[in-house]
Amino acid sequence: MTDHHSDIDSVTGRSTTGHEWDGIKELNTPLPRWWVVTFYLTIVWAIGYWLVYPAWPLISSNTTGMFGFSSRADVAVELANLEKIRGDKMVALGAASLADIEKDPALLALARAKGKTVFGDNCAPCHGSGGAGAKGYPNLNDDDWLWGGTLDQIMQTIQFGARSGHAKAHEGQMLAFGKDGVLKGDEIVTVANYVRSVSGLSTRKGYDAAKGEKIFAENCVACHGDGGKGNPEMGAPNLTDKIWLYGSDEASLIETISLGRGGVMPAWEGRLDPATIKAMAVYVHSLGGGK
Amino acid sequence: MDGAASGLGLIAPVKKYQAMNKIVNPNELTSDDDYGPLYAARKKVYPQSVSGTFRRIKWGLMAFCLGFYYLLPFVRWNRGLGAPSQAVLIDLPNSRFYFFFIELWPQEVYYFTGLLIVAAVALFLMNSVGGRIWCGYLCPQTVWTDLFYAVERLIQGDRRERMKKDKSSDPMRLERILEIVLKHSIWLLIAWWTGGAWVLYFNDAPTLVKELVTFQAPMIAYAWIGILTATTNVLAGFMREQVCVYMCPWPRIQAALTDEWALNVTYRYDCGEKRTSVKKAAELRALGEQVGDCIDCYQCVAVCPTGIDIRNGPQMECIQCGLCIDACDNVMAKIGRPKRLIGYDNDINIHRRQEGKAPVYRIVRPRTVAYSAIIAGVGGIMIYTLATRSLLDVNVLHDRNPVAVRLSDGSIRNAYTVRLLNKSGYDRVIAIDANGPVNATIHVIGVDSVTPDRPMIVIPRDSTSELRMLVTAPAQSNPEKSILVRFHVTDIGLGEAASATDNFVAP
Repeated sequence: MTDHHSDIDSVTGRSTTGHEWDGIKELNTPLPRWWVVTFYLTIVWAIGYWLVYPAWPLISSNTTGMFGFSSRADVAVELANLEKIRGDKMVALGAASLADIEKDPALLALARAKGKTVFGDNCAPCHGSGGAGAKGYPNLNDDDWLWGGTLDQIMQTIQFGARSGHAKAHEGQMLAFGKDGVLKGDEIVTVANYVRSVSGLSTRKGYDAAKGEKIFAENCVACHGDGGKGNPEMGAPNLTDKIWLYGSDEASLIETISLGRGGVMPAWEGRLDPATIKAMAVYVHSLGGGK
Repeated sequence: MDGAASGLGLIAPVKKYQAMNKIVNPNELTSDDDYGPLYAARKKVYPQSVSGTFRRIKWGLMAFCLGFYYLLPFVRWNRGLGAPSQAVLIDLPNSRFYFFFIELWPQEVYYFTGLLIVAAVALFLMNSVGGRIWCGYLCPQTVWTDLFYAVERLIQGDRRERMKKDKSSDPMRLERILEIVLKHSIWLLIAWWTGGAWVLYFNDAPTLVKELVTFQAPMIAYAWIGILTATTNVLAGFMREQVCVYMCPWPRIQAALTDEWALNVTYRYDCGEKRTSVKKAAELRALGEQVGDCIDCYQCVAVCPTGIDIRNGPQMECIQCGLCIDACDNVMAKIGRPKRLIGYDNDINIHRRQEGKAPVYRIVRPRTVAYSAIIAGVGGIMIYTLATRSLLDVNVLHDRNPVAVRLSDGSIRNAYTVRLLNKSGYDRVIAIDANGPVNATIHVIGVDSVTPDRPMIVIPRDSTSELRMLVTAPAQSNPEKSILVRFHVTDIGLGEAASATDNFVAP
């Protein structure tokens, strides 16, 4: 064994570690005692952690710790507490009428906050995070409503859906005039151009307006009404405005008339509680398009 | 003269004080610790009491700092009904910071950035003028350690007495046990009061004191008092100078900030060397020889709270508390030599004196001027912004999905989330206007317009209100892609106004 300690640096008079690199020796500068003690204490503390908290993975589970702590259980408790806190407020929301909710700033703020989160969880996949919609999925920010845009009508649509299979669901759909052989190809083109003309869009060269009006009157007026103003009872859209769920170009219209349309809105009754559905209705109404 | 020297109670070998550069005697090491000891044992420091100018300054500053800290939470400030009446209050649950006439909201924390810049540069300025003034006089670690030493000295006696007691191998007598118990009790009491004062900054002080006494205060208050009692007691009672030497980054940083003109506590070796005894110095002076004033009495070392020898030159461990100046001055007065053998000085002056020139003190130099300018500049900006701070504010956030909506009649609508902030102590009635697209109409959800196109809303004092606002522009054949919209909110009672801008876009 080499005795390093006889190796005292002549300049400083201090001991060296005995290590030498290219003639340079390292002075021994030990840590203060409390530092070393603290270091050991942290190791002891770590062992305490193993015992108190879940720590070691086992084959199919893990050690649970002395007090059975689990962060998942903590979350469950927190969520339950949150529900309790929200409870009273949601009861107030459930008791108020839809119109009253919009008039009371506190209830409106609550309904909008609740509606926004629930909308994000349930509605955003089809309607978009802000209700902007997409082709086939209505934009909820505009003032065009297939099934009506009053608070009650919006709530009804959310509650029972459209073509959802629910007994009270909105029924009625765009028929497949081409596929079912009701209209022939040239008739479909003509009526498509007629539909474009009623909302002020350009029409194909050589299109016969009189024939288009006749076909429309015979086949479409029943649902879309005289002049194509639509009918919320049937879910038949207004064809004279600037909003088109499936597109306003000729090709899209031909596709719609030939194959029919019938998007499905699920019924939320049973999946969401009544107060939440109310909040949803207020939220959607307050997006800006509500009537 | 020997009597005078020993009367000061000094005699000790040089090596004993070289704690930081410990000389290792190979014979002291046992054979099994091959690589030397794993840790360095602490050399306990027993600072001796001293009197003089700097000690008086330190007492004064200690009284000021502690008094300020302990009593500030009890200072009242009238902010009107319903608002906290505490002058300095950090209201975490309500996210408010109160400082006398100033009330800050969370989004205004940038004021603290300014405060931190001023504090940092003030530290640099202190450092370039007079060295570690912060460390020596103002740092909480120094102030509380000084206080704890004072208590220790009062109960267990001065330096030599305490050293003797610690070394004594006699069995503990009741008197000594009582001394120790009393000392720790007083320490704990001070530490407890320190922690107690801390929590008072976060809640109404008189109420919280009442709750604390009747055990009705929230658990978190007791927990914080406990934690701060422990840290105060450990840091000021036990760790002491080790905090400065091992834990604090400032001694390292300040070495990079200092310059050759900064005045530091300096042993003026031009006056002090060569060291001799009082008697020998007198003899040599009689023979006309050059002798230094230092008589190697070790008083400067005895009073040092970090246990170093200032005569070894500037050292990282030196907190520059100035107590060695007092100690040395007292000795110089006794032996009839000029005072300030140790004083605030620098190497430049030592060299100048050695060359027979007069010392130069240059406080005003580019560095100190620059620091002062930064402090004045940042401070000025802060004061200006605080003085002109608006108590009414509006923030606007444009809807992102959808960005724009086309309505059935072809008109274009954009929706915005508008947040109104009423920072005043009274309720307001706010009118909202939006100036953007020509002939645009505005509507705020849930707000019935009293006047058409000018929605009004009531915002309670000290609160915010979030609104959904729709701006609708009439149909146009070729709308502009993007138009600037200015949202203007006006307190219809007081006329105060604020505005924010966003864009109105076409789909």
